[in-house]
Amino acid sequence: MTGTVTPVLEIEGLAKHFGGLVALDGIDLSVRQNEILGLIGPNGSGKTTLFNVLTGIYLADAGRIVFNDDDITNNTAQAIYDRGITRTFQRSRLCLDLSIFDNIMVGNHKRLNPDLWFNLMRRQRFREEYEKNVVEAELLVRTFDAPLADRLFDAVGTFPMIDRRRIEICRALISQPTMLLLDEPSAGMTDDETTELMADILEVKQRFSDLTIIIIEHEMGVIERITDHCVVLNFGQKIAEGSYQDIAADPLVQEAYLGIDE
Amino acid sequence: MASLSPAPASLFPGLLGVFSITAYLTAFLHIESQIGTALLIVGAMALIALLVRFNALDHFQRSFAEREKAMNAAIVVAVIMLALVFHQDHFTLLLIATVMIYMTASLGLTVQFGYAGVLNFAGASFFGIGCYTSAVLTDGTTIPEVLIIVVGGFMAALVGVILLLPVLRTRGHYSAVITIAFALLFKTFLEVNDVLGGPQGLSVGSMSFLGWDFNQGIEIGEVFEASFYLNYVLASLVLLCLAFVFVRRLDRSWIGLNMDAIRLDETAAACFGYNITRWKVTAFMIGNAIAGMAGALYAMMLGFIAPTNFDFGASLILVSIVLFGGIGSPFGVAVATLIVVLLPEKLQILQEYRFLIYATLVILVLLFRPDGLLPRPVRAYFTGRVSP
Repeated sequence: MTGTVTPVLEIEGLAKHFGGLVALDGIDLSVRQNEILGLIGPNGSGKTTLFNVLTGIYLADAGRIVFNDDDITNNTAQAIYDRGITRTFQRSRLCLDLSIFDNIMVGNHKRLNPDLWFNLMRRQRFREEYEKNVVEAELLVRTFDAPLADRLFDAVGTFPMIDRRRIEICRALISQPTMLLLDEPSAGMTDDETTELMADILEVKQRFSDLTIIIIEHEMGVIERITDHCVVLNFGQKIAEGSYQDIAADPLVQEAYLGIDE
Repeated sequence: MASLSPAPASLFPGLLGVFSITAYLTAFLHIESQIGTALLIVGAMALIALLVRFNALDHFQRSFAEREKAMNAAIVVAVIMLALVFHQDHFTLLLIATVMIYMTASLGLTVQFGYAGVLNFAGASFFGIGCYTSAVLTDGTTIPEVLIIVVGGFMAALVGVILLLPVLRTRGHYSAVITIAFALLFKTFLEVNDVLGGPQGLSVGSMSFLGWDFNQGIEIGEVFEASFYLNYVLASLVLLCLAFVFVRRLDRSWIGLNMDAIRLDETAAACFGYNITRWKVTAFMIGNAIAGMAGALYAMMLGFIAPTNFDFGASLILVSIVLFGGIGSPFGVAVATLIVVLLPEKLQILQEYRFLIYATLVILVLLFRPDGLLPRPVRAYFTGRVSP
């Protein structure tokens, strides 16, 4: 899985603080096309904050984010989605009362016609667009789990955690993004489920040829198995970078993270 | 693709249900003794409890879910039959028309609160804007009445825009407080405004359509002589059907989905490119427009309006209808309106305790059936598509 060397995302000196608390303290980061980058670090080290700044939920206090040669620092969340960066959330943020299909379509927002006249009066054409999307959503869900694809119109609240994660990833993938941010996809799942989900993610990676993934993960096994490259954060700073073997051997990382954890 | 069920559900249980409800309503509207009314209510509650206990309502629901067009037509026919039975009874016809106009206004609130999550405690005020538009325009101009109804909705939506600025700057329930303030302001404004009749109110011209004055009852020779309220029952039925179809289609489209997405999780929606403001504004304006149109027709029917019709209490009734029926559920709203409007009219003991009754109903529903009487089902974009 050797990606090309072009960096698709480049972050320079990114900083974010909440009052006196420094969440990100001058992060530099370079993500290459088609790689899976693992973002690790102890709780509160700034991983999720980095995702939130990257996706426009928080405004950065300093630094620059460049995506595909465009400066996207402090763009709105909408603009960032439109550029093809999508994400999942640490605490699953699905709409539990809505069906799987509806939840996935939330992720497809930019490709659905929002015109009032089209939606209400051109029902035949709406139906065509709708049916095309059902086929597409079903196909995507099927790559993860076939039984799930047969229950596309059941409320998400009736499914277990692993299926909800799958649905969340499908929601992030349906609009064919070029960058996917996964915020701790294995949270709240058993080891077996995690293994299964990671296999799914690798399979998706194969299917979407120019997809770059950044994954936040606590499970070292997962990081070792699926990432090409790792970055370790601690107290909002980058303390190490390299392959899993490199960072695992790094004394700073062991002190900050692995030593306490294992 | 979700498979269509091999044989669509039978129409029979649905038709039987609609027929029974119509027969029941006929009896309910006809009876005058208070004890008889009370007995009918208790009887209905017992019967429904029994039917629910033995899952007998499932077939009824399936008819509705799978044979929607036929069932909707059956309901329209049922309403017309009901109105014809009482064709000479002013009071009952007025009541039927009022119920349908309230249903229409509540559908507007459903779009705001049920779909987009914008809580509006000034429903009656926007309804009132429609009424006053109607009063002013029927008095001084020759604009066709059908158009006046549309203008009533337009005015309500327009005035709503003024509210939007503060509403959009607040989050969650704080916006509800702003709408409460508006409801209170609106009534005071009407009371001190002499041009709009002050506390005495205004008289409103009647509805007419292509030269047909609605304040003249239909007469067919010597055999059929109807109250002029029958005309208004038909007009409010048309308005209700239009609003219902509109709201239904809205729900079964990407727009309905967009509104759901911003109601349920603004952060997630923003991460998928949603313009939160746009959909809140859309829902707020559509809802107010529907309430305003209902108000414009209501004013023509009553012939006279005053600020007391549009106080905060009236807005609370609309909100309680939406909560009681099932948030975001058009049929739920219809059933709730029927109960909330008819009950105190027929059972006069309740009149004085109206608000106590509404409060109790809403609390009971929230306690035991938090999703309302008829909870909103998972969205199906087209009828007849049944998930296995």
